[in-house]
Amino acid sequence: MKEDKKILQKNDWAIEANGLVKIYGKEAAVDGVDLAIQKGTVYGFLGPNGAGKTTTIRMLATLLPADAGSARIFGNDLVSDGAAIRKRISLTGQYASIDEDLTGIENLMLIARLMGYTRRQAKTRAMELLTAFGLDHAAKRQVKKYSGGMRRRIDIAASIVVTPDLLFLDEPTSGLDPRSRNQVWDIIRALVRTGTTVMLTTQYLEEADQLADRIGVIQRGKIIAEGTSSELKASVGRGTLNVQLVHAEDRQLAIDILEDYLGAAVHLGTDSTSLTAQADDSIRVGEALGEFARRRIEVSDFSLGRPSLDEVFLTLTGHSTEQQDSGEEIL
Amino acid sequence: MTVQQQTRETASAANGIEGSTDERLLQAIASGKRPDPASGWSSTMAFASRALLRIKHIPEQMFDVTLFPIIFLLMFTYLFGGAIAGSTSDYLQFLLPGILVMTVAQITVYTGIDLNNDIRKGIFDRFRTLPIWLPSALIGALLVDVVRYTMASVVMIALGLMLGFRPEGGAVGIFLAIALVLVFSFSLSWIWTALGLIVRSEKSLMMMSFLVMMPLTFISNVFVDPTTLPTWLQGFVNINPISTLATAVRGFMHGMGTWQQVVNVLLVSAIMTAIFAPLTMYLYRNKK
Repeated sequence: MKEDKKILQKNDWAIEANGLVKIYGKEAAVDGVDLAIQKGTVYGFLGPNGAGKTTTIRMLATLLPADAGSARIFGNDLVSDGAAIRKRISLTGQYASIDEDLTGIENLMLIARLMGYTRRQAKTRAMELLTAFGLDHAAKRQVKKYSGGMRRRIDIAASIVVTPDLLFLDEPTSGLDPRSRNQVWDIIRALVRTGTTVMLTTQYLEEADQLADRIGVIQRGKIIAEGTSSELKASVGRGTLNVQLVHAEDRQLAIDILEDYLGAAVHLGTDSTSLTAQADDSIRVGEALGEFARRRIEVSDFSLGRPSLDEVFLTLTGHSTEQQDSGEEIL
Repeated sequence: MTVQQQTRETASAANGIEGSTDERLLQAIASGKRPDPASGWSSTMAFASRALLRIKHIPEQMFDVTLFPIIFLLMFTYLFGGAIAGSTSDYLQFLLPGILVMTVAQITVYTGIDLNNDIRKGIFDRFRTLPIWLPSALIGALLVDVVRYTMASVVMIALGLMLGFRPEGGAVGIFLAIALVLVFSFSLSWIWTALGLIVRSEKSLMMMSFLVMMPLTFISNVFVDPTTLPTWLQGFVNINPISTLATAVRGFMHGMGTWQQVVNVLLVSAIMTAIFAPLTMYLYRNKK
């Protein structure tokens, strides 16, 4: 009975990682990452540049040996069963993982041939994917002449010539316009519906929110928070008030007022005139801004919004992503 | 096709993949069944066809196997011919086999440069996550390079014949000589692929190849008879693998080739391949 249970548990996980470490020079790019990602789910790996997202994915995709720790992909050990793992995974890197000098159809046919399709099957499969991804009109165009969104789609198409059991997507929508981003999101959702497990990295909380069943927030190589998006947002608070002051000298008074009315700590932004505070109650926000008006504190801009990645970081770590970026220049 | 379907097709063409193509997307994803893995041979052929397609799309990369040989041969024949051998046509008989070796040896570096370019793009990671026999990625590319080297050889010999090159070894001699050049160049390419995986950029690789190949090709018996050199330099010329190859190629083109020369070239080639092919594959697999 005990044995049965063990097997069942083992079968549930697409990725299990324990204490993965990668060290570059003296810095740990990845510093003890644990992951447990269920089959058939989307896992969002959220963090700023240099947090260790790409390094973690590269280790899990058998591209980079870990300096410490272990991981299993569908029960296969990362070190000893690399070949078995590569039969089940696919990777779409942050930069185009295709030959930009070749046309769209040539790229897909190349991958299909490498996967074991005959020439004819490869052509059929390539055309099928190009059509499904809305790229049939550009099949015979060199990929370097594609737009950003088209490029990202052909890249993902190349990853699913043979539908993988686990797909790694490294920042699939960075630099895309909203329409292209939505197209990529549609593709990811369709993949999950057919049973593929997806691990994606992103810098945008909204993206993780839209797609991921569970989200891991990574900073300086460590996972600092993990859970569903509602769990994460609950830890951050429901909303955030951003205020841009006209005069820097009003700052102290503005901070006092906001702390008084909102009952929350006020964080300074990147310049001396922007303030951020957690705000759960819009009525109190209105009152605080009313107080600003009475005290003649001029405001050039304000917004009350859902928490952004920056606010997740503010809350979880006490400093912003910009500070993190400037402090750390690795990868 | 019904009118409705047609409208839908048109709409989806206009909108990319939005909306109604959803089922088509699901269908396309679901039909990505895994075939039996590609054999080492078919993945090698797939990579070779990639290299051929790259030539089709970037034809200017053929300059090195067409223009280089022409310029090198004309330049050195007319520049040195009178001074070294008294006449250009006499010198051509001596020079052509050597300059062929030099030209092909120098263009082997492009294999490493192509690989270095792949690494800096994401496609290198893609290949390494595919369930394929990994050496096929390099062997496929190298096979096409061998075709390129053949082209360079043919161009050079054709031009030489027009300029008055008279190989006493005949067609068979030329054929054997080119075969030796190809074996040697294939083996030499592994050095550049290994370095291509280590160095940061294609510029540094070009620099390194220049630093290595310039002395190796010039301080050899390609241009001059080594007996005219100081003794200490003769020592270097004699152990220089470029000299080994040039001697054999010259021998076969002029009908004086020996088995010993063939063995020497094959031995040098085998040593280069035995060291640098496994090293390349190790670096390819374990590239950070």
